[in-house]
Amino acid sequence: MIEVRNVKFVYNEGAEDEKEALHNVSFTVNDGEFVALVGHNGSGKSTLARLFNGLLAPSSGIVKVDGMDTSDKKALFDIRKTVGVVFQNPDNQMVASVIEDDVAFGPENLGLASEEISERVEWALKSVGMAEHRKGTPFRLSGGQKQRIAIAGVLAVKPKVMVLDESTAMLDPLGRDEVMNVITRLNREEKMTVIMITHFMEEAALADRIIVMRDGRVAAEGGKEIFRKRELIESAGLELPVAARIAAKLRERGLDIEGDVTLPGELIDALCP
Amino acid sequence: MKDVTIGQYYPVSSPIHRLDPRIKLLAVILYIVAIFFIQKFVGFALVAVFLLAAVFLSRVPLLKVLRSLRAVLFLVTFTMIISVLFYSSKTAEPLWAWGIIKIYKQGLINAARMGLRLILLVLGPSLLTLTTTPTALTDGLESLLKPLALIKLPIHELAIIMSIALRLIPTLMEETEKIMNAQKARCADFDTGNIFKRAKALIPVLIPLFVSSFRRADELADAMDSRCYRGAKGRTRMKRLKLHFRDFAASFVMLALFFVILVLRYNWFGWAFVAALI
Repeated sequence: MIEVRNVKFVYNEGAEDEKEALHNVSFTVNDGEFVALVGHNGSGKSTLARLFNGLLAPSSGIVKVDGMDTSDKKALFDIRKTVGVVFQNPDNQMVASVIEDDVAFGPENLGLASEEISERVEWALKSVGMAEHRKGTPFRLSGGQKQRIAIAGVLAVKPKVMVLDESTAMLDPLGRDEVMNVITRLNREEKMTVIMITHFMEEAALADRIIVMRDGRVAAEGGKEIFRKRELIESAGLELPVAARIAAKLRERGLDIEGDVTLPGELIDALCP
Repeated sequence: MKDVTIGQYYPVSSPIHRLDPRIKLLAVILYIVAIFFIQKFVGFALVAVFLLAAVFLSRVPLLKVLRSLRAVLFLVTFTMIISVLFYSSKTAEPLWAWGIIKIYKQGLINAARMGLRLILLVLGPSLLTLTTTPTALTDGLESLLKPLALIKLPIHELAIIMSIALRLIPTLMEETEKIMNAQKARCADFDTGNIFKRAKALIPVLIPLFVSSFRRADELADAMDSRCYRGAKGRTRMKRLKLHFRDFAASFVMLALFFVILVLRYNWFGWAFVAALI
């Protein structure tokens, strides 16, 4: 679905303050996969989010979406139809003062008929559990609710891939849960490819595959077994999920815990079979 | 915060609220033009009755409508006083004289006319904003101005700028409050001193606000791009404005009022005698 090959990205290329954000990054994201991109601030993960849908073009290397090259300006519209991005601050993503108008913005840009736009708005708001707020304004909503509206706005375009660029970073734990529930459901039930960029390892633990970024490079890539490599995670400036940390400590003390424990539920199952 | 978002919109359901925003905009324009054609007091009375009927239909409390006059109260009084004081006539006898100040009957009449005109001019548009959301107004304006796109005026862009501005007002207000609180926590003083001192105290608020607005604009542009925005090109709308019977009825009433005012003014068909009868 998305192929990143030998991508290098330099901010302010040629200027005095030029900064290389990505050095030779390569990976692929398959159809229907839930991938977490983790890394601490400045590891280049947010630059990647902007490369996925052509907001930025790589300085060298290739980013391909569904076979389309994101450096090709003519393909950008189709690329953005395929890859939707939800950003960090919900307040900076809304274009209208009425929720349904905001969600309608994407499909309106696609040039759909009025009835279809209305159906998509209804569907998208239902998918994020905000259908009853359709006629309301986003200003009174909580952060989690606002971010769900932003997700609905992206969903209404019906992209195949949804990229979340630290979309939970500004939310409280409750809001974070709301958003994560919506995302995992979309991935499981609607078979949507999800790329979740985050530094919360608890969220990354929900993904099928985890890509760890460090200083603009892919430091590690793999399934949940990656949480066994504590040094590697910590050298990338990250922390293991709480459940994995407890499991690791227990293993050190000689308790035999089998499998990769990353979620609280898994830890409970491992301790009380 | 809420007041700014929706302007002074008064959220009830009424025939006036449901009118098409385009019709309401055009009606208000016609209403303003009509007021400038009025010379006789019977004309003002007619418009006042019309306005009262519209307010009654809109189910907005009359007091709420009249409140919009507060902003212009000073202007109205000032203009009226000036026009009384500066009216002079060689032929007529002043009603009252004190030194160089002479007050004439015609001066009083002129002042009354001017006052009535100003008051009616304010009340009409305020009924429009009380019964129409800013979003609906923007949509109406965009639709009305669409023909100008033919001569390459960026109507769609103007409309989207307006709607984003409306959308950002509450966000920026919130941000201002946050910055002010942050400065207050570091002993900034916004509430004392003369006007210059206070204005100066606002500089450390305005600069971060300015900077963050640019950052916001940047992020919003990215988010819009990500949602396939390409300007007006190939864009459709979910809500299409449609005219209903009530819109035609309202247009008819408004045109009739305008016609009667023209008749009164220019004595078409010699009908102005009607006014004399009332």
